[in-house]
Amino acid sequence: MQPIVSISDLSKTYASGHTALQGVTLDIAKGEILALLGPNGAGKTTLISIICGIVNPSEGTVHVDGHEIREGYRHTRSAIGLVPQELTLGAFDTVWNTVTFSRGLFGMAANPAYIESLLKQLSLWDKKDSILMELSGGMKRRVLIAKALSHEPRVLFLDEPTAGVDVELRKDMWKIVEKLREDGVTIILTTHYIEEAEAIADRVGVISGGRLLLVEDKDTLMAKMGEKQLTIELREPTAAVPESLSSYSLALSEAGDKLTYSYDVRAERTGITALLQGLSEEGLGIKDIVTRQSSLEEIFVNLLEESA
Amino acid sequence: MNLHAVKVIYYNEMLRTWNTLLQSIASPVISTALYFVVFGAAIGSRIESVEGVPYGSFIVPGMMMLSLLTQSISNASFGIFFPKFTGTVYEVLSAPISFLEILLGYVGASATKSFVLGVIILITAAFFVELRIEHPVWMLSFFVLTCITFSLFGFIIGVWAENFEQLQLVPMLIVTPLVFLGGSFYSISMLPPLWQKITLLNPVLYLVSGFRWSFFGVADVPVAWSLAVVGIFLLICLGIVAWMFKTGYKLRN
Repeated sequence: MQPIVSISDLSKTYASGHTALQGVTLDIAKGEILALLGPNGAGKTTLISIICGIVNPSEGTVHVDGHEIREGYRHTRSAIGLVPQELTLGAFDTVWNTVTFSRGLFGMAANPAYIESLLKQLSLWDKKDSILMELSGGMKRRVLIAKALSHEPRVLFLDEPTAGVDVELRKDMWKIVEKLREDGVTIILTTHYIEEAEAIADRVGVISGGRLLLVEDKDTLMAKMGEKQLTIELREPTAAVPESLSSYSLALSEAGDKLTYSYDVRAERTGITALLQGLSEEGLGIKDIVTRQSSLEEIFVNLLEESA
Repeated sequence: MNLHAVKVIYYNEMLRTWNTLLQSIASPVISTALYFVVFGAAIGSRIESVEGVPYGSFIVPGMMMLSLLTQSISNASFGIFFPKFTGTVYEVLSAPISFLEILLGYVGASATKSFVLGVIILITAAFFVELRIEHPVWMLSFFVLTCITFSLFGFIIGVWAENFEQLQLVPMLIVTPLVFLGGSFYSISMLPPLWQKITLLNPVLYLVSGFRWSFFGVADVPVAWSLAVVGIFLLICLGIVAWMFKTGYKLRN
């Protein structure tokens, strides 16, 4: 299937000489949720800004829905909705006016019924006549989402959508994302909250220093990169790890009652069977066994350390 | 053509004025009245007429030009600078609109406001002095062209300015002095010969002179020159704006 967003060898160097992106190539499939992870200043916002037409690229091309973003800007930008990272809203407009403004700006005829349903869905209906600057931060975030969805986009960019957002809004947001996915909307979100990516994304891309380090299915990534830990609780504490088991590089807890074994799920033989056998040969009784898989966060930190 | 976008930008910009309606109408009325008190009554009592036109009437076109120029620049520059300042410009930049449509929306709204302002000044002036307009078509042409040209100029300043100080810089340090020195309140024939020559380098002189000619049929310079100067300035502004949009100057970099 043709990707809805196709980025090819994209680079951006700002007038200040700062290189924000270097040779990014990425295809995004229709209807998927892609999470872009990366530390602050990694180039996530620059990448989004180029696709949306806010920043001109220095090199490379981007196609959205089959059209190049500069030659076919009318088509590509109509297809895209953007929720920016900053709470950038006018001060004196009302909620209703600003959302209606956005719809018109993106070339759609006024549709009060649609705006009404949108505002209701975002719990903004009772605030429709409120002045923007009087709204709380969470409400402003909702308004920005309403503006981005006002022209019924097929691709939605969420730049750090849950930065500084309360739990309730975060839940609402994921409900909306879920609903949009059902409607076939492609969603690209940037975040540095790993649990967010872990919870909702189909694929995860990691950006650092302007480079796309990897893009993987989330599950594949977790399996591929994942390190598992096996913690063995002993019936009786032991003073030291037995000599015969030294090849496993076990970590002994301070109280001497827990042994932790780290292994790679990718390996054909994890060595667990042999380890357990060795333990019983040494006469160490096992009380309990716990395994733990590393989270995306740990994977992410490891990856960044490797690339540094 | 994304007419919906032009419509909402235009409407939104006009709404901003509507919200400050009192200020938008009261300030030109008051300043016009003040000019009449100061220039018309105080100075005008010593100058009976300039080139056969009573001084009070003589200053009306210049006074209108002063307001049109400063207000067009300030309206249009603020209109685009403020979204840049608050960051809301991201939305306009990410919208499927061409630079022509952005201009129609922002500059169109600013020019409309200036036009309305000019009409208010004209009506206010009519209460103080006797007015006649000898060449109504020319008068309207100069009037509309000035509103559009200087709104464009203001738009350029708004895109260029990086802070409020820079936003005020050009209007305060360049435009206002040029208007005052451009024969708004006097005929250059009243100046010493050297200053007459120097004043000919001031583009605003041509504007005021042509506009005054359309009212009273008296001018400091030929009316064709006046039209040419406005036309050239309009083309320069359009050229700069086209270049800005093409390169993304200060907007997409």
